[in-house]
Amino acid sequence: MRPIRVLVAKPGLDGHDRGAKVVAAALRDAGMEVIYTGLHQTPEMIATAAIQEDVDVVGLSILSGAHMTLIPRVLDLLRDDGREDILVTGGGIIPREDMDALEARGTGRLFGPGTPTSELVEYIHNWFEAREAQTA
Amino acid sequence: MPQSFDALIADFEAGKMAALARAISIVENHRTGYDELMTRLHPRIGRAQRLGMTGPPGAGKSTITNLIVQSLRRDNLRVGVVAVDPSSPFTGGALLGDRVRMEAVALDPGVYIRSMATRGSLGGLSARTAEVADVLDAFGFDRIIIETVGVGQTELDIARTADTTVVVLVPESGDSIQTLKAGVMEIADIFVVNKGDRPGADRLRNDIELMLGLRRGATSANIPAHHGIPLKTFNPIRIARDAARSENPEEWLPAVLGTIASKGEGIDLLLAAVDRHFRYLQTSGGLKGRRRNRLKNQVTEVVAERLRARLWEDPDTITWLDTQLDLMEAGTATPFSVADELLSRSGPLLTGVKP
Amino acid sequence: MTTAEMLELDRLREEVAQWRARFDAATKRNALFANSGHVVEPLYTALDIAGDAAAAEVPGEFPFTRGIHPTGYRGKLWTMRQFAGFGTAPETNARYKYLLSQGQTGLSVAFDFPTLMGYDSDHPRSEGEVGKCGVAISSLADMETLFEGIPLDKVSVSMTINGPAVILFAFYVAAAEKQGAVAAELRGTIQNDILKEYMAQHAWVYPIEPALRLIVDNFAWSAEHVPLWNTISISGYHIREAGATAAQELAFTLADGFTYVERGIARGLDVDDFAPRLSFFWDIHNDFFEEIAKLRAARRIWARHMRERFGAKDTRSLIMRFHSQTAGVTLTAQQPMNNIVRVAYQAMAAVLGGTQSLHTNSMDETLALPTEQAVEVALRTQQVLAYETGVPNVADPLGGSYYVEALTDKLESEAEALFTKIEEVGGVVRGLETGWLQRQISESSSRQQWEVEQRRRTIVGVNDFVTDEGELTIPLLKVGAEAEREQRSRMAAMRASRDDALVKLRLAALRDAAKTDANLMPLILDCARAYCTLYEIRAAMEEVFGAYREPVFF
Repeated sequence: MRPIRVLVAKPGLDGHDRGAKVVAAALRDAGMEVIYTGLHQTPEMIATAAIQEDVDVVGLSILSGAHMTLIPRVLDLLRDDGREDILVTGGGIIPREDMDALEARGTGRLFGPGTPTSELVEYIHNWFEAREAQTA
Repeated sequence: MPQSFDALIADFEAGKMAALARAISIVENHRTGYDELMTRLHPRIGRAQRLGMTGPPGAGKSTITNLIVQSLRRDNLRVGVVAVDPSSPFTGGALLGDRVRMEAVALDPGVYIRSMATRGSLGGLSARTAEVADVLDAFGFDRIIIETVGVGQTELDIARTADTTVVVLVPESGDSIQTLKAGVMEIADIFVVNKGDRPGADRLRNDIELMLGLRRGATSANIPAHHGIPLKTFNPIRIARDAARSENPEEWLPAVLGTIASKGEGIDLLLAAVDRHFRYLQTSGGLKGRRRNRLKNQVTEVVAERLRARLWEDPDTITWLDTQLDLMEAGTATPFSVADELLSRSGPLLTGVKP
Repeated sequence: MTTAEMLELDRLREEVAQWRARFDAATKRNALFANSGHVVEPLYTALDIAGDAAAAEVPGEFPFTRGIHPTGYRGKLWTMRQFAGFGTAPETNARYKYLLSQGQTGLSVAFDFPTLMGYDSDHPRSEGEVGKCGVAISSLADMETLFEGIPLDKVSVSMTINGPAVILFAFYVAAAEKQGAVAAELRGTIQNDILKEYMAQHAWVYPIEPALRLIVDNFAWSAEHVPLWNTISISGYHIREAGATAAQELAFTLADGFTYVERGIARGLDVDDFAPRLSFFWDIHNDFFEEIAKLRAARRIWARHMRERFGAKDTRSLIMRFHSQTAGVTLTAQQPMNNIVRVAYQAMAAVLGGTQSLHTNSMDETLALPTEQAVEVALRTQQVLAYETGVPNVADPLGGSYYVEALTDKLESEAEALFTKIEEVGGVVRGLETGWLQRQISESSSRQQWEVEQRRRTIVGVNDFVTDEGELTIPLLKVGAEAEREQRSRMAAMRASRDDALVKLRLAALRDAAKTDANLMPLILDCARAYCTLYEIRAAMEEVFGAYREPVFF
């Protein structure tokens, strides 16, 4: 099976990238191809990168509280270009009720602080395998 | 969501970026239908100029590529970039970090960036990269830049799929001519010594020119070998520089340039040298030669791929081969006789025509 | 050493050997007995600090290991300075008044991300971010509102701002002017430590050299006009939070400090003219004794280098004054009440380490900005420490402890070794350009992450003693979109009422001056007084300086 391609992105003005880099390294160690966008990305930059790279997953790391604006914007942009099939996941400082709202809006599972990276890796693997089984 | 091919091609021809991305994925992974896709794109391939950028990690290739792209965009040229990074041999994963260095052009609709991992293929990577470049070519990009890291054999092969290959070096990574891998000197059409403001940059440039000049000087019939060299008139560096600047060489001697990418310096001269090289390729017939080589290589790849799929994935062949093992052990057959028999049995299999 | 002392040590050596034998033979728990950098010994004795000069030290005397004031905390308690800010200026103004009424003794401003990055609240990049992580300040008008009813000549204010720091400082000085306060009486701090931004926090605006120029401009200008103001808070907090070890935090922060001193001297300033106003900011992490030793080592190293390397003569140039904050990175989202306990232990370490000023985190900060109730507990933590535990009664009470002195020495020598390495890679600025510093931090961070995931380091409630909580049941502060809407109308009103011609004139003057090497502070202040916005002022300089492009290092 080909490697899973993941875009790890830091939307917004928040500059704390330790979490995003730890996740990127963990996904690489789990055999995935990870494209890291760098800091201070607008939703437009993230969607463009996701589509050009034809990734399977977009992982967003937000600690600034701007998730209710930025994450839906990314979802909309992906949908506008016909790529609502891309899994949008992520985490950071997102209260439980906002996670519920975002998941209802169309993201995959979102993860809070302290989540072991192995859990994220397992989630992506399971999602990918289920999708491959569906389209096979 | 799987799309029908017609819909995909229609979107592709309409210039939709998502369709281009999808097409590249099909080609990169040799998914079902990839050969049909490539066949349909074939007539559109051949317009773009392909530039290869290679060199050791930390040399500043991505920074230079970023600047090149910005300059090309100012001339209204559309640019596709393929950035290749190594996969981990242990985990199979990869951190593809070239895109992040090209943020300045991230939202420019005239620029497309695709990150690829080497995926540990023993050969085959350069073929895949060439095919991805073909897709970008068919889409209509004027320039395609293929950026790879390192100067290993795979990277050298990738560079060969370009029309012009630029090798970027830096003084502080301990590069000296002696430590460069064999093959680098041969594949470079242009050398760039980046971080020109660091100590050792000038010396590295001189060393490269010396080597090139010596090579050119040594092949020149007029210069006597060994003790007979008239040192006063034999100036390898001069030979190198003159040859590199010549507009109508019979043979291309690689230009040796300096840049300070962090300050944006030297990029214009680099692009001028690339253009000069391309003109040389056109007038000397070299361009046609390279492209024909690419096509030939592609045929070889496809044949090997089909052979593998048709022969080695055929259960009957595998079964038959197993029956030969006892004979080989007993000595009544050898691997050579078995191979010959396999080939003569496999005619219909190989042609894909059922008996 | 006398013969009696030598014999004493020999006897001790024997005792320790016997103890060692018994220790080795006994059963031991399986755990990681290490601080941020090393495995620690199970026992420290006089042998570990034999010959140590520190034994003869007193507080208030060079090299100040035991403290910068002879009076310890008997002269003055540390300032209880809780970092706060959210929403718009009026809301934060209310929170400041509440905190002052509850006994907080200094103010500390938290700005929102757009402000931190130099964007106005109504800039497109600010969408969704206004007021979420701090207060939105886009002009002098907002700064006036922020301190409405709070006399700036009586209260000391610390502002956590870096990339656009000099601009916010100008807003502050102009706001104080409007209140009728005298600049020479203003007390406070701007963080303005750009080197650690490139290294760790990533809230930058300009490239390295222009950024350093602005910092030195401020050293020179403030020395003359706002002499009681701390022009910089050289920070280890963010470096540590990014994953560095204590030794790295110590060394990289001090190396940053030395770089600023070098730049000030290169400008032609006398070191004793600006060094007295340099201050520091340390992280207070989990390992209790390591943090105390780190702070003691920091004071000692700073004093020695300032005197021996930079020739500083004024005592005020030699003493390291610092603010501390309990480590945000140690807080957990799971079982948040545990955070109150963590913060209490960390606060005690800060005080035993002699901090001049302290912020204690609130228990809910992994999830949101703190509620009023949560921040009250955090403040009470400091007050209990100050008034009930007896800890501030004695200066450097752990001085002479075998463990703490040995650890202080060890951290000092590790820092010195790292200084040498930094010199080898070409200094701090080269280290940042090549990514060497960032990679050191990244490696430490990965190692710690691995230790946690392998459960070699226990985090209570996260990888051990886990409860099946389900939902979090403490109330959280919510900052909604109203802040953004309100800011937009405030800004529209401000733009409508200001003198546009004057705005253009001031910005042009600033832009032109930025091309020369004139001190830009007076021109930035002029822009502030004319109600130029944060982004307008930032952009004027950006036209000349350019913007910083992040070199990504893993």
